[in-house]
Amino acid sequence: MSRAKPTAANRRSDRLGDSFTALCGGALALNLLLVLGILSLLAWNGARYFWQRDLSLLTMKDGTKVLGEIWEEEKRPTEAGRPGVDRLRLKIGNRDLVGLDFAWVDREQIASIATPPEAVLLERLEYGNFYGSIEEVRSGGEVVARGAEESWKAFGPLFKKKAAERDAVSDLEKGEIGEINAAIEKLRLKRKKLDLLVLPEAEKSRRVATLEQELSTREAEYQKLADRLSAERTELEKDTVVLASASGETKEVPIAGIVHAIRPNAMGVGAKSLLYAQRIWEFATDDPRESNTEGGIFPAIFGTVMMVFLMSFAVVPLGVLAALYLREYAKQGPFVRMVRIAVNNLAGVPSIVFGVFGLGFFVYLIGGSIDRIFYPESLPAPTFGTGGILWAALTLALLTVPVVIVAAEEGLAAVPRIVREGSLALGATKFETLWRVVIPAAAPGILTGMILAMARAAGEVAPLMIVGMVKLAPALPVDGQAPFVHFERKFMHLGFHIYDVGFQSPNIEATTPLVFATALLLIVVVTIMNLSAIALRNHLRKKYAGSAV
Amino acid sequence: MMIDDPILEVDRLSLWYGEKKALHEISLKIPPKKITAFIGPSGCGKSTLLRCVNRLNDLVDGVRTEGDIRFEGESIYDPTLDINGLRKRIGMVFQKSNPFPKSIYENVAYGPRIQGIKKKVDLDEIVEKSLHRAALWDEVKDRLDESALGMSGGQQQRLCIARAIAVEPEVILLDEPCSALDPIATARIEELMQDLKDQYTQVIVTHNMQQASRVSDYTAFLYLGELIEYGETGRLFINPAKKQTEDYITGRFG
Repeated sequence: MSRAKPTAANRRSDRLGDSFTALCGGALALNLLLVLGILSLLAWNGARYFWQRDLSLLTMKDGTKVLGEIWEEEKRPTEAGRPGVDRLRLKIGNRDLVGLDFAWVDREQIASIATPPEAVLLERLEYGNFYGSIEEVRSGGEVVARGAEESWKAFGPLFKKKAAERDAVSDLEKGEIGEINAAIEKLRLKRKKLDLLVLPEAEKSRRVATLEQELSTREAEYQKLADRLSAERTELEKDTVVLASASGETKEVPIAGIVHAIRPNAMGVGAKSLLYAQRIWEFATDDPRESNTEGGIFPAIFGTVMMVFLMSFAVVPLGVLAALYLREYAKQGPFVRMVRIAVNNLAGVPSIVFGVFGLGFFVYLIGGSIDRIFYPESLPAPTFGTGGILWAALTLALLTVPVVIVAAEEGLAAVPRIVREGSLALGATKFETLWRVVIPAAAPGILTGMILAMARAAGEVAPLMIVGMVKLAPALPVDGQAPFVHFERKFMHLGFHIYDVGFQSPNIEATTPLVFATALLLIVVVTIMNLSAIALRNHLRKKYAGSAV
Repeated sequence: MMIDDPILEVDRLSLWYGEKKALHEISLKIPPKKITAFIGPSGCGKSTLLRCVNRLNDLVDGVRTEGDIRFEGESIYDPTLDINGLRKRIGMVFQKSNPFPKSIYENVAYGPRIQGIKKKVDLDEIVEKSLHRAALWDEVKDRLDESALGMSGGQQQRLCIARAIAVEPEVILLDEPCSALDPIATARIEELMQDLKDQYTQVIVTHNMQQASRVSDYTAFLYLGELIEYGETGRLFINPAKKQTEDYITGRFG
């Protein structure tokens, strides 16, 4: 056969085809660029936040002194026609002395800038950072050391000791005292429950007496522990330092209130890198402080991950069973087609609508009923009748179930008829065939659905705001108190944390970088969860599909 | 031709797919421990007939049958009959090999597990015996835990035979088992069929007349849903009684 000579018409279509290919490639490149742009923006802004800048001591022309970290420099906008004035944005900390963390300084006001090696940065539990120097170290009111150098030397060991004591006090509060509190609360509820019971008078008063006996023993124990706590607290407050700001104001603070103490200007790159790693670690593992503007975001990470896992446990069986019915049992016809369309449309319902449904159905109806039946003694305070991590997970499960149904149906449809017949021909029932052959073969497809559902759920914020997500949860949904997993508790979530820190915070200037860092972490968390699900899927694929396919 | 003690007896069986009649009052007797071949051009109903024997056609929407098939004298359409029990006694090997997406071991152990055999020792024994019987043991004994989908086509088909044997059926139905295999793999399956004759009744559907004449003892020629001729293979191929049979086996149509 001879090849047709290229005619004008088909050269033209070739050219069109080439430009179309270029267009497709360009669109893909643009998409990749956007994703890369988002990631690098988050990474740059978020990661920079943890790096310790040098402390600059600014001596102004009028003789006043300011110590702080220079965060940025910009032209101050002035009236039209005149050149702008250079100004610096400083993080000056010392919120308890000056009121604001940040200050603008015009460059023309500055006489000199120095980086004194003895300048100290203290991260505190309250009032944020302190920039200045340690003037005195006191123990029980008596001066132990005086002067910057001597105080710094004396401060080191005392600081370590106090940190250990502080941890011990916190352990006492959360451990023993927490347990006794929980026990007392339980006894009180038992007492209230007794009032609700219908019992012979004698029996009732006998039980009340036992309970009250127990209660008073517990309360005595609690009193003992509370005394011990307050004694330890006093001990904790005993050692103090006198801090001086650059402008000469002084303040006495307990050493136990200091989290970190460094001299940034005296640190080399190695020490700063170590500090950098440590700060990122603390960010990921600590509790938040100062209404989320400082400290870590561990509860938010934990809440997000746990909520997504709970959701997966709910959504996978629900979606797979529904898909099994639709694909394997239901008689295919117009009704099933309509159901399928409805399921697909469900995926397009705005998420807040699911939130409202979750509030009405799960929280008020189911939660309220659970409270009336199982927890009447604590009413009117709700137990399950208020937003909680379980209701949030179930709400999101409803939101994501269409994704799982569609993916699972595709997975089931991809199992060839001849494989099913092979199983039936061996005497297996339809159920055995589904359970032993079809579902395992469809497992990778089902997991694809789960991955999509998890990704969607981890990023969803709006519906959660009305079914149990809070800006600050007093306790994690999992802890050492029986029954260890508390499905009724409220929880923190990275997505909401970003919103809260970025836009609801009293100290927005300080927390803007945290928005980027938290967003980056949210992406990391979602990526890790997805990668583990993908690894599981690949494992299943290998197990069921064999290497040759 | 007289078959006195048929294991399977098809009695005036008709079958419709919806409105379309695919089988027309077919009657034939299949002798035990022999190989019976169904031949005929595509669409003649030979696979449909085969799939009636283990009632696999029940799964197809809109299928209706009349007439009867008796397996050891008992009707397979008896409403009190346990279909899964029937399928355990009548195994099947399909046109395209269809191993489950599981390991080689699990494929063979599938049927026995369904029957409730749980002990590892028993399963091990059944798997080894079945694979031996299907002449596959030496090739796979070192990789029983590997996926069955990693085997060659011929091996997969023999695995499917081993899988069928593992439930100890009395009859094995083979639906064009070699149509997707090369001549060497085909030869091995045919050899295997001869080995299995001592224990099993085999019914093979094939569109390959050479294969039918090589392996079978009896041959049925179907055309357009009707049984044209049925008899001993040697006689049917050398001296067909009907004109249509002769035309088909001499390659005048088909």
